[in-house]
Amino acid sequence: MKVRILVSFKESVLDPQGQTVKNALHTLGYQFIKDVRQGKVFEVELEGLSEAQAHKVIPEITDKVLANPIIEKFSWQILADGEKVSRN
Amino acid sequence: MKFGIVVFPGSNCDDDTLFVLQKVLRQEAIFLWHKDHDLGRVDCVLLPGGFSYGDYLRAGAIAKFSPLMQEVGEFAERGGLVLGICNGFQVLLELGLLPGAMLRNKSLKFLCQHVHLRVENAATAFTHRARPGQILRIPIAHFDGNYYAPAEALSELEAGNQVVFRYVDENGETTEAANVNGSAANIGGLINARGNVLGMMPHPERASEAILGSLDGRLIFESLILWR
Repeated sequence: MKVRILVSFKESVLDPQGQTVKNALHTLGYQFIKDVRQGKVFEVELEGLSEAQAHKVIPEITDKVLANPIIEKFSWQILADGEKVSRN
Repeated sequence: MKFGIVVFPGSNCDDDTLFVLQKVLRQEAIFLWHKDHDLGRVDCVLLPGGFSYGDYLRAGAIAKFSPLMQEVGEFAERGGLVLGICNGFQVLLELGLLPGAMLRNKSLKFLCQHVHLRVENAATAFTHRARPGQILRIPIAHFDGNYYAPAEALSELEAGNQVVFRYVDENGETTEAANVNGSAANIGGLINARGNVLGMMPHPERASEAILGSLDGRLIFESLILWR
């Protein structure tokens, strides 16, 4: 089973990299871009775990390691043959 | 006083710190390998500057899982003195020994320059050799030194007098321009409520010899050495 975890800054935290990307896009003429938030993507392959177990373990490893809960939030999904089958 | 300097893969201020403690200040100082489980009966643990684990994931995020960090946590729990410099500060934040987190500098640039720091609390084990309000000139060298903490945590830090250093201009004013990395409330260094764990982004070990242009960093080490 493959899962994709998206970690990004909380809304309350300024994201200077996202701001810089937004400004660059504005410079290129894409004025309609209102905001850009930059984040990190982790694709994790799990072995021998049920979907229920994944629902327990993914938030655990994300809180503990992949994200810093003080500044970051996350969402994740299970990937099956390139398609998402579950979302949390 | 016996100092132990924790060495992670990617630490790069470990030798500088050892040199200042041993050769400049004539103290006993040893390296502590991050994979060991023994603090070697040191009186003060130093987490040096550098890029532990290449700053992969987040600065300090992988180092916090090093075996020796378990001992460092227990050492701090018993009231042992812990000083985190730059990457060491980032590790202390990731460990949760100090509140808050580091974001990328507001300029998105790596900053390597001298800054002015105002001593906000001169009644700590790390600063009692300084005068309250004294302005220190010490270099910084970091990419992620933009200190962030939620509003409640910031109020707690202020109320508890835990902000030890603030970035100021040469006149001691907390201007926005002096706050080079964009830190909340110009915070450049802070201490835990108990007063035994301090983290600071500037490098006192790079300001402890006249030939390097400043002796102000010595105040930090001398404070520790002369602490009761």
